[in-house]
Amino acid sequence: MGKNLDINVHHLTRVEGHGNIVVRAVNGKVEQCALNIVEAPRVFESMIEGLSWRDTAILTCRICGICSVGHTNASIQATDDAFGLKITPEVLAIRKLMMMAEEIQSHVLHVYFLAAPDAFAAPSVIPLAASHPDVVVRALKLKKIGNVVCEALAGRHVHPISMVPGGWSYVPPKSALLRIKEYLQACGKDIDATVDIVASIKDKFPNFERQREDVSLTCPDEYAFYNGNLKSSKTGVIDYHDYGKFIKEKCVEHSTSKHVHNVEESLAVGALSRFNNNHPQLNARGQAAARKLGLKAPCYNPYANNFAQTVEIAHCFDEAMKLVDQLLKMDLSEATLSPAVKPKAGRGVGLTEVPRGTLVHDYTYDEKGVCTKANCIIPTGMNLGNIDRDMQKYVPEVINTRTQEQIAHDLEMLVRAYDPCISCSVHLLDVKWV
Amino acid sequence: MSGKPRIAFFSFTSCEGCQLQVLNCEDEMLDILAAVDIVNFREAIDDRHDDYDIAFVEGAFSRQCDRAELEHIRTCAKIVVAFGACATTGGLNVLKNFRGVEKAMKAVYGDRAGWYETVPAQPIEAIIKVDHRIYGCPPHKGEFLEVVKSLLAGRKPQIPDYPVCVECKLKENVCLYHKGQYCMGVVARAGCTAWCPSYGGRCYACRGLISDPNSRAAKDILNEFGLTVEQIMGEFQLFNGCNDVAKQY
Repeated sequence: MGKNLDINVHHLTRVEGHGNIVVRAVNGKVEQCALNIVEAPRVFESMIEGLSWRDTAILTCRICGICSVGHTNASIQATDDAFGLKITPEVLAIRKLMMMAEEIQSHVLHVYFLAAPDAFAAPSVIPLAASHPDVVVRALKLKKIGNVVCEALAGRHVHPISMVPGGWSYVPPKSALLRIKEYLQACGKDIDATVDIVASIKDKFPNFERQREDVSLTCPDEYAFYNGNLKSSKTGVIDYHDYGKFIKEKCVEHSTSKHVHNVEESLAVGALSRFNNNHPQLNARGQAAARKLGLKAPCYNPYANNFAQTVEIAHCFDEAMKLVDQLLKMDLSEATLSPAVKPKAGRGVGLTEVPRGTLVHDYTYDEKGVCTKANCIIPTGMNLGNIDRDMQKYVPEVINTRTQEQIAHDLEMLVRAYDPCISCSVHLLDVKWV
Repeated sequence: MSGKPRIAFFSFTSCEGCQLQVLNCEDEMLDILAAVDIVNFREAIDDRHDDYDIAFVEGAFSRQCDRAELEHIRTCAKIVVAFGACATTGGLNVLKNFRGVEKAMKAVYGDRAGWYETVPAQPIEAIIKVDHRIYGCPPHKGEFLEVVKSLLAGRKPQIPDYPVCVECKLKENVCLYHKGQYCMGVVARAGCTAWCPSYGGRCYACRGLISDPNSRAAKDILNEFGLTVEQIMGEFQLFNGCNDVAKQY
């Protein structure tokens, strides 16, 4: 007789948004194994249509509080692209610094607050505040980098104010840049300690592999976050405007979700995909972190996304330092930052790497700059098919060696490793399992 | 069990940015954890309980199946705080009401729109009684801390009921109308320290309108600066679509 499993994790915790894991196995045979997205529909695309170019980013950054800067970045790049706007090197450096700050904040939040409690067998970070206060204080200090940077440059991190098409709507004073630099300088040791602590809990994550297609942006000059062309580990590099060639949506018979695929049944995006595709471009600090964590490309263990995030924390930290130094040498003034926008009819595409992977915003404007058509593709949505297939391979592998409780916990950790941002993803997709 | 007040966080239709604003209180976090027991916070902790004193509810009401959960929260909590723009005004979600909910669903989900249940977005107050409100998209950390401190001290939180213009003047910002732009600061509820106008944005009244807004005068100002009725209504619809002002046309 084979084993029966009946796992139903209702409203998975320590993820953003509402999702359920459902697994049923009868007599050793897995009949059902899926992540069920139960977030309320939000229909963002329909709300974008009819908005002025001034408001498209104001609306779409509200798709997600955690990747608010990333959504703003994709949105304003789409508008820049549609109107043919050229930005100055000063604006580019500020936008990139905002992105680095958000990657650090989001990854720190995920690694310390959401994923690490599993390694310490704690239900949350709160008991760790008593048992490992130094770790929690460090986590808060590093997470704050996102707020220190974004408050100084754009007023706030959640729904940033000054990030607008064509430029930057606020002139940050030099004192603000110096404050950022001072704060970053005080964090260097904590970054190294973060790599050390993740290396020390590495063995707590399951050893599991499944071959996959990694998709991310790629850029000749740097490890791509801000922009780039689209790279698949299976089919090469294409111009970002043609993203639809790699990111294909298909209907799944047993699900109302459109899953995303290219050549395989599913594809993966996120920190591990970026690492697999672009690792030679990591800076020295990022390379050192990867060596310490023993992370080698291509890595096909989805749990290692936590380690790839740690590598990116180290990389982004040094990039942020470089960008601040660059900005301190620049002339930040209304002349170099103020946006000059002249709307014109046309389509614009903005792709960027948010913490959870490649994000697409695609708008069509009329001659007055009113949005007539919009499409946003969210990384969590792109990963849903891959998460299901990981679970469907993992469960049969361990069904006879691990208890139902252990398997449920492993699957929670698996979903969490992707760092899903569920309220982001529901604007255009939903999964119903019957 | 300690005698500390038990706090719960819940989210409905939203971006969960309000809960992130709580986590963004890095400097105060350990003090908050010392003063209260957080018993529900799905975004950060595993535990779930029905036994709590204060519930912070983020997000708008946008589907009937959430009604029972909201009512359950009301039964469990002694104090319910509507947390953020979606919960207090319906927030941006209300835009879909103007697009026509059925049309909006069809545009996004195509011929499978019928699989998903949704109704026009509303503030949670449309469903349950709310004791206090924390406004804004996102809420200001200072206001969140003021409400927590007040409730722990048993006093009424001090939330401004005067327009953003007051705070903007105190910040010595150049008025956006004088820069040829428009702004809702004239009728919008203050308390954000004129956040957006201070960083090159305009006020779109994410904190809702003050309780007695001079909307006729506001419309006159907007008219004076050459805006069309559609643009003005667009401004009201962005965050205040459930307010009667937005429905006057």
